[in-house]
Amino acid sequence: MRKLLKYLKDYKKESILGPLFKLLEASFELFVPLVIARIIDIGILNKDMNYVLKMGGMLVVLGIIGLVCSITAQYFAAKAAVGFGTAVRSQLFRHLNRFSYEEMDQIGSATLITRITSDINQVQAGVNMVLRLFLRSPFIVFGAMIMAFTVDTKSAMVFVITIPVLSIIIFGIMAISMPIYKKIQKYLEQITLVTRENLVGVRVIRAFNQQEKECAQFDEESNLLLKSQKYVGKIAGLLNPLTYIVINVAIIMIIWVGGKQVNTGRLTQGEVVALVNYMSQILVELIKLANLIITTTKSFACASRIQMVFEMQPSIVYADNSKETQECYTDDMVVFEHVNFAYGDSAENALTDIHFRVKKGETIGIIGGTGSGKSSIINLIPRFYDVKSGKVLIHGMDVRDYSKEALQSKIGIVPQKAVLFKGTIRENLQWGKKDATTEEMNQAISIAQAEEFVKEHGLDYKIQQGGKNLSGGQRQRLTIARALVKQPEILILDDSASALDFATDAQLRKAIQEETKDMTVFIVSQRAASIRHADQIFVLDDGKIVGSGTHEFLLKSCDIYREICLSQFSKEEVGV
Amino acid sequence: MKSLKEHSSTLKKVFEYIGIYKFFVALSLLFAGITVALTLYMPILIGHAVDYLIGEGEVEFSNLFHLFEQMAMLLVVTAVAQWIMNIINNHVTYRVVLDIRTKAFYHLQKVPVSYIDQHPHGDIISRVIADIDQFSDGLLMGFTQLFTGVLTILGTLFFMFRINVHITVVVIVITPVSMFVAAFIAKRTFLMFQAQSEARGELTGFINEMIGNQKVVKAFGYEKEAEKRFDTMNEQLKRTSLQATFFSSITNPSTRFINAFVYACVGVVGAIAVIRGNISVGILTSFLSYANQYTKPFNEISGVVTELQNALACASRVFALIEEEAMPSEEGNESLTEVKGNIELEHVSFSYDPKESLIEDLNLVVRAGEKVAIVGPTGCGKSTMINLLMRFYDVTSGVIRIDGKNMYHLTKESLRKNFGMVLQETWLKTGSIRDNIAYGKEDATEEEIIQAAKLAHAHNFIKKMPQGYDTILTEDGGNLSQGQKQLLCIARVMLCMPPMLILDEATSSIDTRTELLVQKAFEKMMEGRTSFIVAHRLSTIKEADCILVMRHGTIVEKGTHEQLLEKQGFYYQLYHSQFAQ
Repeated sequence: MRKLLKYLKDYKKESILGPLFKLLEASFELFVPLVIARIIDIGILNKDMNYVLKMGGMLVVLGIIGLVCSITAQYFAAKAAVGFGTAVRSQLFRHLNRFSYEEMDQIGSATLITRITSDINQVQAGVNMVLRLFLRSPFIVFGAMIMAFTVDTKSAMVFVITIPVLSIIIFGIMAISMPIYKKIQKYLEQITLVTRENLVGVRVIRAFNQQEKECAQFDEESNLLLKSQKYVGKIAGLLNPLTYIVINVAIIMIIWVGGKQVNTGRLTQGEVVALVNYMSQILVELIKLANLIITTTKSFACASRIQMVFEMQPSIVYADNSKETQECYTDDMVVFEHVNFAYGDSAENALTDIHFRVKKGETIGIIGGTGSGKSSIINLIPRFYDVKSGKVLIHGMDVRDYSKEALQSKIGIVPQKAVLFKGTIRENLQWGKKDATTEEMNQAISIAQAEEFVKEHGLDYKIQQGGKNLSGGQRQRLTIARALVKQPEILILDDSASALDFATDAQLRKAIQEETKDMTVFIVSQRAASIRHADQIFVLDDGKIVGSGTHEFLLKSCDIYREICLSQFSKEEVGV
Repeated sequence: MKSLKEHSSTLKKVFEYIGIYKFFVALSLLFAGITVALTLYMPILIGHAVDYLIGEGEVEFSNLFHLFEQMAMLLVVTAVAQWIMNIINNHVTYRVVLDIRTKAFYHLQKVPVSYIDQHPHGDIISRVIADIDQFSDGLLMGFTQLFTGVLTILGTLFFMFRINVHITVVVIVITPVSMFVAAFIAKRTFLMFQAQSEARGELTGFINEMIGNQKVVKAFGYEKEAEKRFDTMNEQLKRTSLQATFFSSITNPSTRFINAFVYACVGVVGAIAVIRGNISVGILTSFLSYANQYTKPFNEISGVVTELQNALACASRVFALIEEEAMPSEEGNESLTEVKGNIELEHVSFSYDPKESLIEDLNLVVRAGEKVAIVGPTGCGKSTMINLLMRFYDVTSGVIRIDGKNMYHLTKESLRKNFGMVLQETWLKTGSIRDNIAYGKEDATEEEIIQAAKLAHAHNFIKKMPQGYDTILTEDGGNLSQGQKQLLCIARVMLCMPPMLILDEATSSIDTRTELLVQKAFEKMMEGRTSFIVAHRLSTIKEADCILVMRHGTIVEKGTHEQLLEKQGFYYQLYHSQFAQ
């Protein structure tokens, strides 16, 4: 939390003035019982109506000053808190944007989204509350006690005893119930999980006729929840009755002790009334403080989670300027030199000793089973991850020597998951190239086999969030067009045709080959048909290249490749 | 804002749920009454006590002691009553909530699959979880505060009237001002909160897109652009947020001021009454503490009312789910047993959307043990057949017969028992691998489970996992690869060995080598079983007894591989496209 506080620095004035005005308000509130005491002891005793009216007016004035102070305080607090939240949100978003794939894998986007949305909101609300109340409540509690001392030392001792007792009760109950509330939250999450599972798996559950069993599981989880809820209700329900007893016992004590003082003439009736009033004020404030602490602990937890994200540093830092001079335009477009690679701190290599060179304009096919390392190879070219050892060279220069922009401008990627963004087709294509002309876009669209349906809707067709209003195949074609718009030197298709039928897939490959002669193309696929015409095919197994060459060559020389082909084509088709 | 009428009908339903706990509610009311009455009596006793402190040498200690005894007894009784009331309120609230949530969840098992397909899961989940939770908070608050609040107000008025009419009138006249102010501010801030949640929603949507697809953002270097757009929305949120936060926080000081005003008036009027000899100083103090007690519930009640409104809105969303039409009862339906596997489709028509027809007048006879392949380009409606055969959806017209029996006169349970299904979307439960394989057959023995896993070629990878068959899968099998998940789904079916099979692109994401093995296992499983396969692999399709070629949701061709090739139609194109240059 402390580290996040630096985002309050632009609101120093507000964060000081807010609590200050709040304290002012509280001080005025503390005068009220004294004024009432005066009314009783002076006004009533002397039967002085004017004095009573004057004091009544005083009470109203105190109220008005309190109101003004308080509103001022709220304004400063709100301004500081909202400003703080905005600043943290903005910084966090920028920070997240610097993350490389490594960090994203580690935290997961769902978590990151929670951090930047609800966690920040929670912290913002917490800051607001703290600025408004955190000083006020203790101030009134101790203020009331001090005021009691100014009235009468002996009676004030009752305060000295009562305040700790009340605090123990309030904070004790809180301390006991908080962990249970956390448990309740967990049970609720469990119920959420069961519900989500039942929605996602509705077909399987019904296919296996497991509805009753699912209901039984739900009942079990809900009963756990109910039991904890009732348990915590019993404990939390003690708060009011217990404090009620304590405060009233204290009042009895004040009247008792005060009564003795009155009897000896050291205290007046009005002063005893004032003491009783102070006591009532204390209870209200302590309960407020308890609530405040609950809110702030929640915010603290959120704040420390946010802080953790801030503390994560991106593992990949790009060079400021490409050392373009080193770039020697050899024929070799992409070269892997004995590359070893592992994800995160994993001891097991995802890629082992990958070594190949790819010439400009070649089409490369990469095939292999799931988890064989196909995507890992692809991810190293645009430097989404850094190699563990070895080198990846583009144009003869290590990718680690490129600036981010220079590297990105060379490579177009079509990711496995066809992701489009809310906005028009045009805006989505401009992701590839900000100033792309309509002509450039149309060309990309035609290569990507998306012409037919884009023509139907137009370039300004609005795509909904997540591309929901398009079919899987349409989305995929647009993601291909998006990568093609920038006319990259290297095009990477990461299993990108899986949502396309065979015919479209074939036409797409044909178009890419014809229209983009100079482009070096990497095609990752599970389908042998998609890569069989590549200039070079790399067959991956367990992170190693177990075969490379043309289709015909591999059929003869590589067992795994032959097996793959045979599982997908008949013998005659494979041509063995 | 919902109309009053809608609110009242929701309210009626809520009362029905609460009605089950009538006895507890009555008890709660009783104890609330006791608590409030005693709480209100306390200031009177304190007032009396103050009256005994007349001045130097005049304090009547014996009377004081007597009073103290009374007060102490009162205290204990009040506290106990209050605690019991709290416990009962908790009991009723959480019970009602449990009842509603259970009903909602049970109902989810009864609604047609189409309901679940058509509604965003997030929305349904938020109804079952968050809405009900919010409702629970509102209900509890209503229970504890609304009722005692109203009683306190009435009780205070009663006591005050009995003691002194003038002061009471002063209090009654001024207090509504505080409610008026609170209502005024609430109305104003409602719009601001709306603006804030709109701004927040927009920003959250954007964050979801950008952070959720961060890898794409990264790949295209869109970060700067994203930051620019983010800042605009963030600025908008800041503006609306400041307004909403500030204006809503005015409520408290304002009502507090009104309270202070009431307090001052009571003080002045009361003091004058004392001077005139109408009341004692002790009564004045009772009055002052009443003035405090009287105004507080007003503030609380206005808070409770908004909370309750919110709770009712949530409840009505939950009720909408509960009242969603369930599937018709299957009473009198025959149970399907000893299936041979003859399937006939007679003049079957079906569409998801009445405006767009999908399957029209489809006739198909599948004899027991035959293999039917369904092929076609993406999105052509291949999974529709599965939906119809499993009765996830019902045909619009026509009839499907299993062994000559009309499928719609059979119980769904018995029908589904006879179909084995492997879907493209692998779904596994959180729980052990063992439980997942035995999902369809609870009483399966260890040997049977391992045998099924072996048949599905899942045994090897399961054995390699740290806890073997006891390995707990996280949500949606997150700790397995896609291929491994699919193998488990296959094992799950292997264990049941039903007479008919439905396989939806079942092998699409298993690596090709494993796939080879799985296909062999499948072939074995399909022997003698009527099977429907949705697949891309032409090699498996070729051996099918019948191929349905689908395009744009309709079946365009039907026949064996050879027949279809001869026809040189769409299938011919499809088949040859695989080898296009």
